[in-house]
Amino acid sequence: MAEQTQDQNGAPTMVTAMDDSEPTPALVFNGVSMVYPDGTHALSETSFSVHPGEFVTVVGPSGCGKSTLLKIASGLNPPTTGFVSVERSKVGYVFQDATLLQWRNVQHNVELLAELQGMPKAERHHRAAESIKLVGLSGFEKKYPKQLSGGMKMRASLARTLVLDPEVFLFDEPFGAVDEITRERLNDEVIGLFGRERFAGLFITHSIGEAVFLSTRVLVMSARPGRIVAEFKVPFEYPRRPELRFDPEFANLSGQISYELRGAHA
Amino acid sequence: MSTAEFPFIVPGTDAGAVEDTVLDAPPPTPQDKFEWNTIIGPLVTFVIFLAIWEWMHRTGMRMLFDKPGFLLPSPVTVVDQAFLRHKPRRKLLGGLYWTAFVSVIGLFLSIVVGMTLAVIMARAKWAERAVYPYLVALQATPVLAVVPVIAAVFGGGLGPRIFVCVMISIFPIASNTLFGLLSADKGQHDLFTLSEVSRFTRLRKLQFPSAMPAIFTGFRIAAGLAVVGAVVGEQFFRQGSKPGIGIVIEEYRQKIKFPEIYGGLIIIAGLGVTVFLIFGWLTKVVVGHWHESNR
Repeated sequence: MAEQTQDQNGAPTMVTAMDDSEPTPALVFNGVSMVYPDGTHALSETSFSVHPGEFVTVVGPSGCGKSTLLKIASGLNPPTTGFVSVERSKVGYVFQDATLLQWRNVQHNVELLAELQGMPKAERHHRAAESIKLVGLSGFEKKYPKQLSGGMKMRASLARTLVLDPEVFLFDEPFGAVDEITRERLNDEVIGLFGRERFAGLFITHSIGEAVFLSTRVLVMSARPGRIVAEFKVPFEYPRRPELRFDPEFANLSGQISYELRGAHA
Repeated sequence: MSTAEFPFIVPGTDAGAVEDTVLDAPPPTPQDKFEWNTIIGPLVTFVIFLAIWEWMHRTGMRMLFDKPGFLLPSPVTVVDQAFLRHKPRRKLLGGLYWTAFVSVIGLFLSIVVGMTLAVIMARAKWAERAVYPYLVALQATPVLAVVPVIAAVFGGGLGPRIFVCVMISIFPIASNTLFGLLSADKGQHDLFTLSEVSRFTRLRKLQFPSAMPAIFTGFRIAAGLAVVGAVVGEQFFRQGSKPGIGIVIEEYRQKIKFPEIYGGLIIIAGLGVTVFLIFGWLTKVVVGHWHESNR
């Protein structure tokens, strides 16, 4: 059964059986707050950490500062106060939109980040082919973004980040724009990748089901200025199967998170 | 829970990919099929046009405008006198050569200077503020008013004629390139920012490719204007050697040789259409495979 802790800085507890995880967190937020130049108070005093092998999801409604959290984590925006500790070169960022370059086909889009980092052509070609296969886009290498569906674009975007083999994966509501069925399939893929790569994941979403299905921990965020009001551990083992979504325990945990969310936004 | 009841997708397997494409199908690719009406349509218009022209020559000129028919010779006469006879053909094609020469050089210079200005303007807001108003001023000044001044100061050589072409065609190139360079998606910029790339890399791999459709639209507009500029220039540079088509037409006008005049007009129109088609084709080759509208 899910266990709720209110201690945001609580000691890291591995939920799943992962003995090879290292004791130092991959990503640390320490008293981070964000006030935009226009006076918008997006984030207030937020502290948490994500360890290798942990998949942490932040749920909250639109406009509560979730995306700000990731922008700060990646270094795109500096925080107003507090600090973030993360190895920037090992961060992979999956954007809200697929942000594929329209003039590149799938293969060359997936190679982009490696290319920008100066990886030799042969190596990045090989790696791109591998991640394309991993996300199930084999056979679509020569297609251009306008020839792809929304879900396939997100797969390509995922593959592009995978090429760099990141240790910290930041997901900014990546499947918000695709339909429910595609979203569930993409969730299965992310779970599969997580099972294989064991990165540290920080995932932003407004879907409770997605949060519970993917993560080892769920953080509930309040309305703006955002702060973390509740934390849930998700006890299910990996690899997780699609039918987990119909498990009573799953429903129970989702209900508790939903309750907290409503409390936070009443 | 038995897995048999819930078929699920194992990431990375081909089964998963195939299933997904069924559920989440990509948009259909439009087929390039040969359609007869792409030829018949223009052909019908052309025949109607010729018929009206012939009718105007025989009856319409007198009936509608009370003018003699020889002011608008029959298309047959035009083709015969302007194109099938050696001397006028040579003269008209010579004019075409110089007009095309001036337009192409002018267009080329506009592209080089206009795009350079656009890159500088895209780099910094202050540079845009320093340059753009003057481009607008240049665009707003009627070329017809400036050309006589240029003619009076520099005479009618090729240089001043090319200069007029640049004047008239630089604005659409500079403004479209600038617009294109600034049009890249915010998320795509973030992507490049996270990779900590140099400004030059960002320009080369993000801004220029995404600007291509706008740049080519600018080229197409500018190419048409360059031809206009070349012909307009010639109206004021009559005394110059290396006569362009505008000068040749003017000579025929003075000699009241109407078939040759209309022949000259057809040639100018042909040059304009050719330029348009070339750039339409170039646009299709360069951005047609990824850009939504390749027209």
